[in-house]
Amino acid sequence: MAAAPKRPPLPVILLANDLLDGDVVFARAEDAGALSWTRDPALALVAAEEPDAVRLEGFAAAEIAAQHVVDAYLVDVAIGADGPVPRHFRERFKTLGPSNRPDLGKQAGEGIAARRSA
Amino acid sequence: MYRYDEFDERFVRDRVAQFSDQVARRLDGSLTEDEFKPLRLKNGVYLQLHAYMLRIAVPYGTLSSKQMRQLALIGERFDRGYGHFTTRQNLQFNWPKLRDVPEILGLLADVEMHCIQTSGNCIRNVTADHFAGVAQDEIEDPRPVCELIRQWSTAHPEFSYLPRKFKIAATGAQHDRAVTKAHDIGLRIVRHPDSGEIGYEISVGGGLGRTPMIGKVVRDFLPKPDLLAYLEAIMRVYNQEGRRDNKYKARVKILVHEIGTEEFRSRVEAEFATLDGPSVNADPEELARIEAYFAPPAYETLPRESAALAAARASNPAFDRWAGTNLTPHRADGYSAVTISLKPIGLAPGDATSEQMRVIADLAERYSFDELRVTHAQNIVLPHVRQDDLHAIWEALVPAGLATANSGLITDIIACPGLDYCALATARSIPIAQAIQQRFEDAERQTEIGELNIKISGCINACGHHHVGHIGILGLEKRGIESYQITLGGDATENAAVGEILGPGLPAEEVPGAIEAIVGVYEAERNDGERFIETVKRVGLSPFKAAFKELSHAAD
Ligand code: HEM
Ligand code: SF4
Repeated sequence: MAAAPKRPPLPVILLANDLLDGDVVFARAEDAGALSWTRDPALALVAAEEPDAVRLEGFAAAEIAAQHVVDAYLVDVAIGADGPVPRHFRERFKTLGPSNRPDLGKQAGEGIAARRSA
Repeated sequence: MYRYDEFDERFVRDRVAQFSDQVARRLDGSLTEDEFKPLRLKNGVYLQLHAYMLRIAVPYGTLSSKQMRQLALIGERFDRGYGHFTTRQNLQFNWPKLRDVPEILGLLADVEMHCIQTSGNCIRNVTADHFAGVAQDEIEDPRPVCELIRQWSTAHPEFSYLPRKFKIAATGAQHDRAVTKAHDIGLRIVRHPDSGEIGYEISVGGGLGRTPMIGKVVRDFLPKPDLLAYLEAIMRVYNQEGRRDNKYKARVKILVHEIGTEEFRSRVEAEFATLDGPSVNADPEELARIEAYFAPPAYETLPRESAALAAARASNPAFDRWAGTNLTPHRADGYSAVTISLKPIGLAPGDATSEQMRVIADLAERYSFDELRVTHAQNIVLPHVRQDDLHAIWEALVPAGLATANSGLITDIIACPGLDYCALATARSIPIAQAIQQRFEDAERQTEIGELNIKISGCINACGHHHVGHIGILGLEKRGIESYQITLGGDATENAAVGEILGPGLPAEEVPGAIEAIVGVYEAERNDGERFIETVKRVGLSPFKAAFKELSHAAD
């Protein structure tokens, strides 16, 4: 019997590591509403309601099965001026990069692409 | 240095081909992540916070110039131009892409390197005294036996699925620079008190992590030829009886602790007695073949002390300071071992750029018989340098940012990657190291304080050896912020000890002040010429606890 998935408090975003490249990707909504991945945390889709979070979970499971990403999970966020910011410091580092190397990672604009395949 | 024979070469190449195939099958969907993960781990590939991580074995910490240059090249071509030297004497790259790993492994194989058994529940890369073959207090170079163990343990069919990881460290010296007592097995080369014969003292069940333990001696003296049979007996007892029900209780230290050293010893001895020694032990010819690779280089006959060195020291205070801290006496007259500090003030401990790696490789080629060592303290050693050449070496190190004069001092801090990179971390460690280094930047002050080891881990796994730091710092999470627990009195040497907690955890900004307070107590209490750890052992924890308490009151 599968236990009910432990879900962080809302609102949440979905993040994961790209299977091939290993860098951090975020679920986003395309204009037509379909879900896809972005490398830019500012574009992450924020799920404010339960059904949206369930939809992100479904997307995570499908994308893991499709060998696109690994280690996908929901992260609770606050909404800042530039978009969602994870509440926990661990996940904040994950959206930024190493704090001792501001020249590396997303904080330095590295690998920020609107779409995963870009 | 050891050179691969045909068998080693073919084995490593086959492994590259095998892993390339596994990556391809992962990418085309024939392997799921659950199936692939143990395979990638056996080849040193982890998933970290921001990227994959590749851990490259540096067997017993010895590298050639050519190998170091290849690491520089890999760092430049496939990473971000730097690598991280670790307490396991390995090198980690923080940003490789999975798609590039097969090519990286091929480049490593070109220089007789690999990532095999740098992870997973197997016998890991064997570590050794970084002054092996150099130190004046050494009975015998431990590296031939490390190489023998490497060959014996690599893809050992019986010991490839152990209850948990297994780490072996070896030293041939009196002074333990390899932290042997904090390893699953610690080997010390010793001389028999009566016969003078050379053999091994074997400890089992040391380890750090969430349950730190100091290894227990199970054999005072094991004759040299019996080594592999005895190791096999230990491994078999552990493999069969080590706990597999709970990964936190699966290390051999827990087995030794639960059944007791006596009982563990008698089970090992019983197993050892049933083994057919000659069929397990290494053929003496094979051992001799390996030993020949570690024969000392062709030293010149030189006067004991170098006049050129003395003159350079007298005329250049900065060089003099560096020579005072970063040199170790060599067994050959007129030579020294040089420690190149990877701890410049304010940078990440153990990180080296590709350019720095090339500078170091060139120096080793020109001045140190083409040989380098990686230390568990995350520094690099040029093991055999003519004292006459020291000034020229220093002049080459200065512009590369590699001449920090702090070996063994308060700013020579060990720190694991922590939450800046590591997916398991509960807090950051690198910025704590940086803040302490900045606080104690003044060179005079560092010299006055003298030998003091600070070791920092970003979680309970203790990769940064905090338990055995004179001052240990453990990063945890407390109520949603990073919090640092400070321990005192740990010791990584032959007097191995686990440090004790001083008081409640502190927020990051208060850590340098707390270190200052601890150092203040030492300065007030120390006798003439007494090192920090000696004072701590003599006066005990209470004055330090008192100072610490005042500090946390002040913080309220
Ligand atoms: C991907 C990053 C890493 C992971 C996932 C990792 C994982 C672990 C774990 C789970 C333990 C605890 C083992 C136990 O208690 O049974 C451990 C211990 C240890 N690791 Fe790491 N580690 C990482 C990086 C490092 C680094 C960078 C170093 C060297 C700086 C290192 C050196 C050690 C050492 C020395 C120990 C303690 C000795 C012992 O095994 O008891 N590890 N590591
Ligand atoms: S001690 Fe913890 S944080 Fe540091 S490298 Fe090991 S697992 Fe990561």
